[in-house]
Amino acid sequence: MSVIAPKFRLGYFLKGIFDNAFWILTLVTLAGIPTIQIALFLIPLPVINGQLLTAYLAFTWLFNPTMQIPLIKALLYSDLFRIAAFPGFGFAALIAAGTIFVERKMLAKLQLRVGPFYCGKIEGILQLVADGLKLISKEIIIPAKADKPLFWAAPVLFVGTAAAFVALIPVAPGGWVVADLDVGLLAVFAVIGFFPIITILSAWSANSKFPFIGGIRALHQMVSFEIPLILSLLGVVILTGTLNLSEIVESQSSFPWIIFMPIGAIVFFITVLAELERIPFDLPEAESEIVAGWLTEFSGMIYGLVQLGSYLKLYAFAALFVIIFLGGWTGPVFWPPLDVELITEGIPIPNYVGDPILTVTTPGLPLLDKDPNEWVMQQQGELVYTSGQLLVSGVIWFVLKTVGVIFFILLPRGVFPRIRLDMLLHIGWYKLIGLSFVNIFIALGLVYAGVIGPGGIL
Amino acid sequence: MAEQVIPTKKMPPGLQVENVDDRIMTLNVGPQHPGSGHMRIIVKIDGDYIVDADPDPGYVHRGEEKMAESRNYITNIPHLERPVIHDSCNILYPYILGVEDLVGIEVPERAKYVRVIAAELNRCIYIQYWLAIYGIFLGHSTMFMWPTGDRELLIDLMEKITGARVTHAYFIPGGVRNDVPANFEDVCLRQVNYFEKRIKEYADIFYDNPILKARTEDTGVLSREDAIRLGTTGSVLRASGVDYDLRIKEPYDVYDELDVHTNVLKEGDSYARSKIPWLDMLESCNIIRQALEKMPKSGSIRKKLKPNPKGRNDEVYHRVESGRGSAGCHIISREKPEPYRLKLSVSSFRNLIALPYLLKGEKLGNMPAVYWSLNYWPVEADR
Repeated sequence: MSVIAPKFRLGYFLKGIFDNAFWILTLVTLAGIPTIQIALFLIPLPVINGQLLTAYLAFTWLFNPTMQIPLIKALLYSDLFRIAAFPGFGFAALIAAGTIFVERKMLAKLQLRVGPFYCGKIEGILQLVADGLKLISKEIIIPAKADKPLFWAAPVLFVGTAAAFVALIPVAPGGWVVADLDVGLLAVFAVIGFFPIITILSAWSANSKFPFIGGIRALHQMVSFEIPLILSLLGVVILTGTLNLSEIVESQSSFPWIIFMPIGAIVFFITVLAELERIPFDLPEAESEIVAGWLTEFSGMIYGLVQLGSYLKLYAFAALFVIIFLGGWTGPVFWPPLDVELITEGIPIPNYVGDPILTVTTPGLPLLDKDPNEWVMQQQGELVYTSGQLLVSGVIWFVLKTVGVIFFILLPRGVFPRIRLDMLLHIGWYKLIGLSFVNIFIALGLVYAGVIGPGGIL
Repeated sequence: MAEQVIPTKKMPPGLQVENVDDRIMTLNVGPQHPGSGHMRIIVKIDGDYIVDADPDPGYVHRGEEKMAESRNYITNIPHLERPVIHDSCNILYPYILGVEDLVGIEVPERAKYVRVIAAELNRCIYIQYWLAIYGIFLGHSTMFMWPTGDRELLIDLMEKITGARVTHAYFIPGGVRNDVPANFEDVCLRQVNYFEKRIKEYADIFYDNPILKARTEDTGVLSREDAIRLGTTGSVLRASGVDYDLRIKEPYDVYDELDVHTNVLKEGDSYARSKIPWLDMLESCNIIRQALEKMPKSGSIRKKLKPNPKGRNDEVYHRVESGRGSAGCHIISREKPEPYRLKLSVSSFRNLIALPYLLKGEKLGNMPAVYWSLNYWPVEADR
């Protein structure tokens, strides 16, 4: 008989949730909190309310009502938090992990199978953790004749470059980006330019035939698709007159650029598929021709790092598509006013005399506001939205759009076969470059016709 | 003058080549390669072009023919189907026909129809498996999952008939091993109708896919003359425009009473070779429906056989149309319970002969498409 997945049972489902919660709590208590305390000794800590935070005081302050909010705010606005958690590496890695899970389940539904099912008990949600543990526990085998320093460096460089790409992506208004550069788009092009170099270095350093062929293919593919990738984004640069990604998003507050630049968006999407080596452009990893392409000699966590890097890259490219063509975080602000118990020492209220603890209706979490007085200014009518409101709704819109684009990046894997190298180069050099020039001419036409730009209709 | 040989130890890290001037790189595609199967193709490439391809089968040689000489005609049955366990009825069919010829035994009418149904179901099972691998060779993972999933329908059906999922050992001299279950006609008709509906959907996702067409059309073209000259059979021959199907040309059992059509395409490229087996599956569904209609509803399922039967002093050759092409069996008998000599003439090996001719001058990316379109099963070629 064919294998049929067990039926859904509420008891098993609840037991799965409780089991997971039990293990998470146990691990956080036994491993997570001690690790954090040890880490706190090693990093410089801020001064809050005139007192220097120390590792001994951290957990005490966390449960002290007067110190909680300043402590958390100090953490939220530290550079470390931006780089490590949000909007940097941690946020991107979380979306990448979600992408892997969604890809496996979605592809399984498309192909009439179940996908990950048992690990984690709820629809195989912990399968990724299991795979990660497996990869970590595997032996790393390096070919005898490999160039060892380069072979070791390549996966680390790959993840590092992907993380550098992620650092350039703004996810919310008010400067929620690791590196807010005036030449943001140019920096993106520069970072993308590193990927083929790392690929060919890792392929060559393995000193093996199949990785070499895969590396050469990756080089062909990435170099020839970088040109239409850059050209397809120039239309938007002509219309907005800026290279700063945050400003490009803010220029789309009334309409996204995909309305005027559909050709550019399509060209960019196809080049993204090629840059990410996803089907139908997965020639560098073509399994039936060259084993696993430039990944053939990688084993254990080296392979895991390259996979992590490629999914980070996928998130970054999807986010770039959202920022440039779909309006980034712009969208209706819908974070509603909440009843929040406030501590007056935590949030300074101008000219307030009375009970230090009071309950007021505030728009969104004042924790996330840059200036603690913003909710008072909003009630007095000086501000439309507080920065905390904008942050939450902006992130939600951004994530929704990004996940939508990621879905369309994943979808061709279930529909198309792999194409051939000569077809790939033909598409890149003949069709996409021509189409991206058409896109640029459309942008120039819009500017000179006075539709968009200074003094334009829109 | 001695050729200058560079010692390997002093080579800088990078591409290892035999000679400095050598543009040619030799690739061992297999036996540990996801695109080879149980064999090896030694491919020499110049850039992206294949200049030489040398198939090297023999990694799964099991000596079936020698084994057959020390076993009697009945105990030979289970091991002779091992070369292609997915097509076990068809690979066994010529042997059974030969033994019946040697022993001189008549097969009941109902058993003949059951044999045809089992053989056609098995052909579909084999082609589904072949098609799944063709899909994954071209990087189309959905085309791997759909046929393997739909194949389960027919495997369940074969399990109902024979009791085994894959290695059936169902045909015996004088009929078939056991009768079909009570409501077999209804179940079979329902499953086959559903199966036909499913495989028609493959056209949408696979055969009409523009990327697949662009990739496989005009690659590995085998002309009509070359197909005949190289001795290819089955789907490879019919994709090159030769109308040759043993079910029509040399009908065995009850194929002459059924309305069998063959599918012939003229192009002779990888696309045509990949499409012919799919059309064959649709034709098999028609044959099964006809056989179910014409089958006697009751009657004997096998003729009783003498224990340890001895063949007459003669040699016979019978062949049938299997999922890959003509499968033949040559038996020499010397009035003993064991065959004196047994030779399996299989289509996989004949089709493999065309591979070096087709791969020469192709791009490396076309190698899996051309190789697997030859409807080749490595284990069968080695026997």
